Amino acid sequence: MSIITKLALAASLATALSGAALAQDLTGKVIGFSQIGSESGWRAAETSVTKQQAEERGIDLKFADAQQKQENQIKALRGFIAQGVDAILVAPVVATGWDDVLKEAKEAEIPVILLDRGVDAPEDLYLTSVASDQVKEGRVAGDWLVQTVGDKDCNVVELQGTVGSSPAINRKQGFEEAIAGHANVKIAQSQTGDFTRSKGKEVMEAFLKSSNGGADICAVYAHNDDMAVGAIQAIKDAGLKPGTDILVVSIDAVPDIFTAIAAGEANATVELTPNMAGPAFDVLAAYLADGTEPEKFIITESKLYTAADDPAGEYDRRKGLGY
Amino acid sequence: MIRRSLLKLANPQLLALIGVLLINWLLFPNFFRVTWQDGRFFGSLIDVINRGAPVAILAVGMVGVIATKGVDLSVGAVMAVAGAVAATMVVAGYPAPIAVVAALAVGLLCGLWNGILVAVLDIQPIIATLVLMVAGRGIAQLITEGFIVTFNDPLLIYIGTGSFFGFPMAAVIALVLMVVVTLIVRRTAIGLFIEAVGVNRAAASLAGIRSRMLLLLVYSLSGFCAAIAGIIVAGDIRGADANNAGLWLELDAILAVVIGGTSLLGGRFSVPLAVIGALIIQAMNTGILVSGFPPEFNLIVKAGLIFIVLVIQSPLASRLAPPRLQPAAKVPAK
Repeated sequence: MSIITKLALAASLATALSGAALAQDLTGKVIGFSQIGSESGWRAAETSVTKQQAEERGIDLKFADAQQKQENQIKALRGFIAQGVDAILVAPVVATGWDDVLKEAKEAEIPVILLDRGVDAPEDLYLTSVASDQVKEGRVAGDWLVQTVGDKDCNVVELQGTVGSSPAINRKQGFEEAIAGHANVKIAQSQTGDFTRSKGKEVMEAFLKSSNGGADICAVYAHNDDMAVGAIQAIKDAGLKPGTDILVVSIDAVPDIFTAIAAGEANATVELTPNMAGPAFDVLAAYLADGTEPEKFIITESKLYTAADDPAGEYDRRKGLGY
Repeated sequence: MIRRSLLKLANPQLLALIGVLLINWLLFPNFFRVTWQDGRFFGSLIDVINRGAPVAILAVGMVGVIATKGVDLSVGAVMAVAGAVAATMVVAGYPAPIAVVAALAVGLLCGLWNGILVAVLDIQPIIATLVLMVAGRGIAQLITEGFIVTFNDPLLIYIGTGSFFGFPMAAVIALVLMVVVTLIVRRTAIGLFIEAVGVNRAAASLAGIRSRMLLLLVYSLSGFCAAIAGIIVAGDIRGADANNAGLWLELDAILAVVIGGTSLLGGRFSVPLAVIGALIIQAMNTGILVSGFPPEFNLIVKAGLIFIVLVIQSPLASRLAPPRLQPAAKVPAK
């Protein structure tokens, strides 16, 4: 046999093996899920998507709502360990204080997967973590704007999240990285809208006044969709057309922004996917089947949605998720 | 003579408002420019009265409560409840006027609840109203089921964003409310009774004032005003946001009343000056937004300005003021 044939054989064998791993499903497995609570619409959507994903795969999901308290989560984890579940998903409410309970899970040989937030614990205590990259979200939004405006000069006004919060810091950083090489796109003004609609509207009103009635503004970049929704109303009140006179790009992909995109009043949004459990179940299936060690940090896709991506359909798909 | 009457007019609150507006003008030269656009006035000054209206309305209700030596911490939560009631009712298909009346009635009920806790059960106001401050937001979230309830009802949107002879509807409502409440308390003896209860409730009761009824009245008015503000805020964003509507606005309302010269220990009060206090706060907010400072400075700038305003009004400053004013007044006489 030539070397090439051997290689081809090895490759097909590997494909067959991984195929077998994929075929290994989680039907009948018992998996515990300790959720933080339901403090935001996104969190509620994450819970309902996780339940959906578990149902599709025939998983018996044990759900525990911690109501924002770490002691409730630790109690829930100990409960799952005592029940002898096959795996545990946890969305940790804080970063510290997990070492003991994670060691208990490890001793019981129950793999633990962290969802959407990290912990300060040795990496060998959990199987993997699934989270979004907030810097990347900002970068995707910035890249879209740079491509859309081309060579034209573009003054961007930025509606930041709550001062000092990690999404605000990271989404700002990512956007600035994306526009860094393009001298024609620059941030003219930046203020905090506290992630809320009413503050987003109030700040946008002020920006419009201080930018020659809005004539000097080319685009709005909002750190979340809610502030963008408020800004759109402010732009309309000033007699301008959002989406046309002033471009609107934001992050999160909540249902209401798709209504605005469908109406041509917003241009783009970057999804913070509530489906953290899907990738977690995928790697878990492979791990339980043949011990495939997943990557330690799995980054979810930061997908860009524009008017070309069936916004009305996206709205219908999301509105029932609890946003 | 003109100079003297001008001096009389120049109370610290009005001076502070003019001062803040002048600072804004220095930072942003177009601050006073008001244009006519789409059948309404448009400009930063209009933003100040429009955005300041909800806190001004809260202050109209709050000033009576504080004058009785009380405080109403629940107004922010009552705003959220009223907005949630109005929004869910129009979404459920009820006519908008009924939804508005229901929201106002709920606000009145919330105020009455506070009044009963304070006047009948004799619970200290800060604790009595804390109950509804915490519970109210939960009630609002229950009503909206955790969603931001969005609506397209023209009446609610008009209350929040419409214009009346070119002026923002919210500001017009605040002005009407201020005038009506001022007339009620100053053209009747009610204002005097409120002050009497605030200074000494036992003495006022002995003097024949029905202090229990009076307390029920002022807390109900505060709840009613909060409901109006809640409907305005919901109409403004075309949605009821139970988590964020009115959040921390009770503190702005209390601050507006205090800037307006009403003591937290009760007694002498002024409704128009409380409204000016609200405008001072909003003038600062709008000024910070148009000035282009980095947002990290927002709170420090605001705190610094408020500190200056409060120092100007402090008893020490007013004791120091006359000697400084006297020589200035004597100069033209010589």
